[in-house]
Amino acid sequence: MAKVLMKGNEAIGEAAIRAGCKNYFAYPITPQSEVAEYLAKRLPEVSGVFLQGESEVAVGYMIFGAAGCGERVMTTSSSPGISLMSEALSYIAAAQCPAVFVNIMRGGPGLGGILPSQADYFQATKGGGHGDYHLLVFAPDGVQEAVEMTMNAFTLAEKYRGPVMILGDGMIGQMMEPVEFPDNLKSEPSNKDDWATSGMDTRKSNKRNLVRSLFLDPTELNNNNLALKAKYARMKKEEILYEGYNTDGNYKVLIVSYGTMSRVCKTSIDMMKEEGIEIGLLRPRTLFPFPEEAVFKAATKESCKAVISIEMSMGQMVEDVERCVRGQRKVDFYGECGGDIPTPEKIIEVIKELI
Amino acid sequence: MQTEIKFAGFGGQGILLSAKLLAYAAMKQGFFVAWVPSYGPEMRGGTAYCTVVIGDKRIGSPIIKNPTHLVAMNRPSLEKFANDVKPGGVIMINSSLIPTRSERTDIIELIVPANDSAIKVGSVKCANIIALSAFAAKAKIVDMEVLRHCVMDEFSAKPKIIPLNMKAFDEGIDIANKS
Repeated sequence: MAKVLMKGNEAIGEAAIRAGCKNYFAYPITPQSEVAEYLAKRLPEVSGVFLQGESEVAVGYMIFGAAGCGERVMTTSSSPGISLMSEALSYIAAAQCPAVFVNIMRGGPGLGGILPSQADYFQATKGGGHGDYHLLVFAPDGVQEAVEMTMNAFTLAEKYRGPVMILGDGMIGQMMEPVEFPDNLKSEPSNKDDWATSGMDTRKSNKRNLVRSLFLDPTELNNNNLALKAKYARMKKEEILYEGYNTDGNYKVLIVSYGTMSRVCKTSIDMMKEEGIEIGLLRPRTLFPFPEEAVFKAATKESCKAVISIEMSMGQMVEDVERCVRGQRKVDFYGECGGDIPTPEKIIEVIKELI
Repeated sequence: MQTEIKFAGFGGQGILLSAKLLAYAAMKQGFFVAWVPSYGPEMRGGTAYCTVVIGDKRIGSPIIKNPTHLVAMNRPSLEKFANDVKPGGVIMINSSLIPTRSERTDIIELIVPANDSAIKVGSVKCANIIALSAFAAKAKIVDMEVLRHCVMDEFSAKPKIIPLNMKAFDEGIDIANKS
């Protein structure tokens, strides 16, 4: 298929359609409202359901309902909206239902602002809702990757029977880039006969399926948590994605950065290369599971004297970077979080102070 | 090699569309492109600007402090961004709405009475197309025929207004050639 020029938000909507998602429930919020606008038009064309809920809280449980029925379902929102959905996210994780959540982050806390931010890293990777659960979290750095990750998110949500999150930011949602859509997903949601409450007459088995998150028996609850833990362990083995940039040579400093911020860092790295300064970048493409070994290896390369986490936050991913570097190198941090994205020139200034 | 073009003006002047058409044409010619709007609590009559980044390799930072060129559709845009343009770049000034000039000697100033020319062509609404074609003809970033087809594609759902926009497109080229 030929390349088309699309806004990230619209492209995410189209990716969901091509992944066979027939259910989209959402509540509008800047900077991701174009997803809803796009799907309001597009879903009826494929006999899907577009529904604007009365609030994000309601939307979260609409997602739970559809996911519990084994339907492919997605919602998109931005930071404050995801906070409202976090209760449902915890329930969906506990009840082991596949669903796709997209967070096009804006500045927080509170209502914050509407400009790009990466301040929901903790919320996305360390919970958000209550209890022992994780989301599989993808961090695209542009429109093309947002499309690919969204499409994969549906299959992975089904593979792990749990919620998957695409963690973008306002810049990725708002900007237009050329995008090439992969082939439509052919697969149907798998294994749903074993667990989904899709109605006895639609299933081959006579077993009664029950979707729930309440386990009053301590052993039963412990077992449910062990099942979740086993899934997260499997994700750590099978789903880690990352990219190295200028990491083949002898770099003096390793930057760890993701999403929009990593693109600014790449420009800084190119500019410093022209001055003869070698800097490497490790870009996590999955934030949970985090590329722990890759960060450790890249950070402990002999030429590398310092590591810095650069984020559009006040310092969140840096805690994971520090954990992975295991005290072998000094780990610094730079971030801005008002909505202005640091310029390549600013990053260069920060890096030069480290050398 | 990377070229960055900032389009700026009032909301409602068609800035985002002009920028999109340029990005679209560059994409069709095989370049990497990014179209980056300034988005905020904006409205008709407020300021709007948008940056198009065109390159021969994948676009890194979409945030551009110093663009190669500037298309200024109103006075606040010129005043705000004229000094950011890299030396040697083109600054297009919509002289219908901007009585001042950039006061820079290290750039190429292109004076285009976009609104007045648009009214002459048939509708003030196509001022953005005149600005786009005049700028593109001067800055020579994309093939003008490719760009013309992108304009036609954009209005394919409203074929009635294609002739008007084609007239506007030619008018813009004419202004650039005479300048």
